[in-house]
Amino acid sequence: MRIGFIPAAAPISRLIEELGKLPGIGPKSAARLAYYLLRTPEAEAKALAEAIIAVKDKTVLCSSCQNVTDSDPCAICSSEERYHGIICVVKEPLDILALERTGRYTGVYHVLHGVLSPMDGIGPEDLKIKELLARIETGSVEEVILATNPNLEGEATAMYIQKLLSPLGLRITRLARGLPVGSDLEYADEVTLTHALEGRQAF
Amino acid sequence: MYKTEAIVLKRINLGEADNIITLYTPNFGKIRAVAKGVRRPKSKLGGHLDLLTQSALLLAQGQNLDIITQAQSIESFLTLKSDIKRISCAFYIAELVDQFTAEHVENYPIYRLLHENLLWLCEARSCELVLRHFELQLLSHLGYQPELHQCLSCKSQLAPERNLFSASSGGVLCSACAGNEPTARSISVDALKVMRFLLSNDPTSANRLQMSRELSQEVEQLIREYVRYLLEREVKSLEFMNHLR
Ligand SMILES: [Zn+2]
Ligand SMILES: [Zn+2]
Repeated sequence: MRIGFIPAAAPISRLIEELGKLPGIGPKSAARLAYYLLRTPEAEAKALAEAIIAVKDKTVLCSSCQNVTDSDPCAICSSEERYHGIICVVKEPLDILALERTGRYTGVYHVLHGVLSPMDGIGPEDLKIKELLARIETGSVEEVILATNPNLEGEATAMYIQKLLSPLGLRITRLARGLPVGSDLEYADEVTLTHALEGRQAF
Repeated sequence: MYKTEAIVLKRINLGEADNIITLYTPNFGKIRAVAKGVRRPKSKLGGHLDLLTQSALLLAQGQNLDIITQAQSIESFLTLKSDIKRISCAFYIAELVDQFTAEHVENYPIYRLLHENLLWLCEARSCELVLRHFELQLLSHLGYQPELHQCLSCKSQLAPERNLFSASSGGVLCSACAGNEPTARSISVDALKVMRFLLSNDPTSANRLQMSRELSQEVEQLIREYVRYLLEREVKSLEFMNHLR
């Protein structure tokens, strides 16, 4: 005989369900996290909740580079220490963190918020490519570094942008050397990334 | 543990740095497997499991999905990957295989077709020719080969004149029988010949075929409609492929 399954109390079930939607969190980890949060002091739990709300409420996309920011234009785009003639084009905000960690890149960025993925229906109009073109047309850009991941979708995206930009007569380079095929830029260590930046090649 | 060759059709991120990889194999048909840590630069798997790469794999049985423990690329189809237009065609080919096949259904001819046509796409004069050949052959290996020799309704031999192609009936109807099929559309004698030719030839022979622009478009439209009818949806990668034309 089987007896009826009694689920966790409703508020806990709800938290488990929400946590389970996070990337890399399965149902078991979600349950463990939920009960952990239940035991944490009220102030800590509130701080976490507020941080989650703030990240949605108090951030926007920088109107210039499309990175996530709490002030528009973002700190990098409004910095006078950065060289605005070089734009490094990346897939997502996390890639900027990785490149900033090297401390060697002095130019500015542009975040595409994705890469071409035709099988998922993600085409050029779903990426921040128009915004990149507009930036280049109005500013005095000398070089664009295409720093999408070294896999087929990243390469296809770089090739597509290269084709669009090539009539504009600026220097187009590809940050790829030293980065193994199939890997994600966000996981590359500083040394590898610095080599890749210094060894970028005309594309 | 088991070994297999495979062509990578799709990659989806899983957790921190893993991927769920959709593979097409000679003996197990389509399978999905997990590649752990594959997005980290130090991974030994990464470069061997990129999209549209043919690799020799070693897999371990997992609880849910099997786990790829070793991978060594055999053919990366690099020539096609240096051209954005050919890449867009290869995505379309991969999506068709993924959409039309179920997991764990062995179909060696489809594996061979996929391999041969990706190789052909590297050098082909015309990408369109590769795609039409691929579509027709794939449908044929799946049991959807369109009837192109006799009328589906009255079974009479098709006369060398304009006939009608019906996606819902899976082939051609003579003009006398077409009245009952309002969705059937006109098919020229040449389009019929091209489709028969592509169905009965391998890439090497098919590569010699010459088509006018109009004929090529007619054949494309007919097959597209048939594919859409069978899948009951649009193929997503069509949009990007058309965007590049
Ligand atoms: Zn900015
Ligand atoms: Zn008939």
